[in-house]
Amino acid sequence: MGIGVEFVQHLINGFSLGAIYALIALGYTMVFGILQLINFAHGEVFMLGAFAGMYFSRFFNLGAHPSFWALIATLFFSMATCGVVGFIIEKFAYRPLRKSPRINVLITAVGVSLFLQFSGQLLFGSDPKFFPQIIEAGHGFSFGEIRVNTMQVVVMVISLVLMAILQTIIFKTRLGRAMRAVSFNHDNASLMGIPTDKVISYTFMLGSSLAGAAGVLFGLIYPKIEPLMGSLPGLKAFVAAVLGGVGNVAGAVVGAITLGLAEEFLVGYVTPTFKDALAFAILILILLFKPTGLFGIRRTEKV
Amino acid sequence: MQLVFTNSLRRHLIKLSIAATLVVALTSCKKPVAIDSEIVIGEVGSMTGSEATFGTSTHNGIELAVKQINAVGGVKGKKLRIVSLDDQGKPEEAATAVTKLITQDKVTAILGEVASSRSLAMAPIAQQYKIPMITPSSTNPKVTEQGDHIFRVCFIDPFQGTVMAKFALETLKLKKVAILRDVKNDYSVGLADYFTETFKKGGGEIVVDQSYSAGESDFKSQLTAIRGKAPEAIFVPGYYTEVGLIARQAKELQINAPLLGGDGWDSPKLKEIGQDAINGSYFSNHYSEEDKSPNVQDFISKYKEAFGVVPDGLAAMGYDAAKVLADAMTRAPSLASKDIRDAIAATKDYSGVTGKITIDAMRNAVKSAVVLKVDGGVFKYQTTINP
Repeated sequence: MGIGVEFVQHLINGFSLGAIYALIALGYTMVFGILQLINFAHGEVFMLGAFAGMYFSRFFNLGAHPSFWALIATLFFSMATCGVVGFIIEKFAYRPLRKSPRINVLITAVGVSLFLQFSGQLLFGSDPKFFPQIIEAGHGFSFGEIRVNTMQVVVMVISLVLMAILQTIIFKTRLGRAMRAVSFNHDNASLMGIPTDKVISYTFMLGSSLAGAAGVLFGLIYPKIEPLMGSLPGLKAFVAAVLGGVGNVAGAVVGAITLGLAEEFLVGYVTPTFKDALAFAILILILLFKPTGLFGIRRTEKV
Repeated sequence: MQLVFTNSLRRHLIKLSIAATLVVALTSCKKPVAIDSEIVIGEVGSMTGSEATFGTSTHNGIELAVKQINAVGGVKGKKLRIVSLDDQGKPEEAATAVTKLITQDKVTAILGEVASSRSLAMAPIAQQYKIPMITPSSTNPKVTEQGDHIFRVCFIDPFQGTVMAKFALETLKLKKVAILRDVKNDYSVGLADYFTETFKKGGGEIVVDQSYSAGESDFKSQLTAIRGKAPEAIFVPGYYTEVGLIARQAKELQINAPLLGGDGWDSPKLKEIGQDAINGSYFSNHYSEEDKSPNVQDFISKYKEAFGVVPDGLAAMGYDAAKVLADAMTRAPSLASKDIRDAIAATKDYSGVTGKITIDAMRNAVKSAVVLKVDGGVFKYQTTINP
């Protein structure tokens, strides 16, 4: 087996991992764009998405009849659930603090994150659960010796479709225009008659439902799910968002794919020991040398 | 900032101090301490977490043993009582649990843990308080080296690693094997090292040595690197959750080489997680449920009656550990720690479910191992390898 084949295989693995990071990173970046808040509870929304998907597909016994539609239904349910969760989190945890210093909101975000992690342990139990196979694993595609399994293709395609939908919402709809306006200047947008609270709610719901979708897709390719599973992918997606320039939607996707590939190649060619450290090494480097990220725009901050 | 004692702040402080007093008062309530008519034995296990079946199986085994011992009058006319604590599969929790058992519950002896990493966290504490500790199934040699109060009733990794290396060389006739070890796990690292040593000595070649950390769920990059070297088998001495996932991802990458492993695979969950992908793989274990000897079959039927499932190897080890402890306490002149310790050390040819147990000078059990094959949802007996 050639070295080239191995390289391409790593490339495919890295892309499918990056696609999942991207879905999570989008939620981070959207919320940051609009509120300048790092929503640390976002990784937990991702975890809830995976559990919602698992309970849904178990309830309808979709594991026994794997099909494309089973996956779509599960995705839809999970996204809806997470959308509601995002709405609730924003309404009860962040909205009351809209006028308080940013650090208060940040600490609240950490609190919400821990609250969800440990409620998850109480509710679901702390032992790992296994995500049912709701689409046929199949043999996937082979190009010579390179194998792309069906799951990886499905994950990448669905991620792309969701990102395209998001892009359309942001740039082609009234809601998107309102979101961009609020992110540009919250007070001015409010003066122009934009219902800012409503727009912020929608942004949270949108970001959270993407995290829900990421949860289901993650469950498909890495079937072990547990209440603490959200913290590490959450932090990594946050790094991806910073890498791409926090607040920049396209940047988040590029950052996430870069991170997925970097992890894959590090493990495949160098050493798996530093896999989880890599993301944070990148974070430190970015903050030192290009704090605005790859595509970020420097905002002048008025003091 | 200047702290100004406004009225409301003062009121808050008063409330806070009342609350704090209450908390202290509640937590310092005395737990029932051992009464004279019973012997309290502490157990630490992973009842939840990634290795939950290790803890629950072992606990069931211990419970069955204690029930049988108490049914015939207990030890020295006293009933045994087990206090078991969950460590959630975390070494730091295991250390806390063993401290609590010794200082608060005043246990006479300790049973546990299954995983070597956690036994290694517990052993220095038990040794410090001079409380005898028997680990049912921690196979890393370092565990009993922690002190003269630490024992085990299972074989150790140098032997277990040798068993699989011999099996790969002699029975499967393999020459090229890849290794995928869990670097966070003392047990896994030990097994991988001993396997490598024996396999190379026997003329085999380790084509690639990859690693992962317990708790991860993506092993595709390691497996891709392994696939590039086309090994005839992959030695994965990890625990069942990761092994199941590894088996699945290996199949997805169309790696058809069988996986080899150790007793960390022994869980009904292995088949649930690995599904079809784990079929055709081999691992070394302490006992086989297909063993026809009467005491094994008797244990299996009693266990099934009590818990409704066939016992796995860890249940059998838990059962043996508790029985060996009770046997030693019966032989000991008194229930002082030192006497129990000496009696455990003197255990010779105790006939347990997992074979004849003799404690050697290093406080390890000298026993044979069996190799099992995962085949359509059951673990099929392959061969027995003697020390």
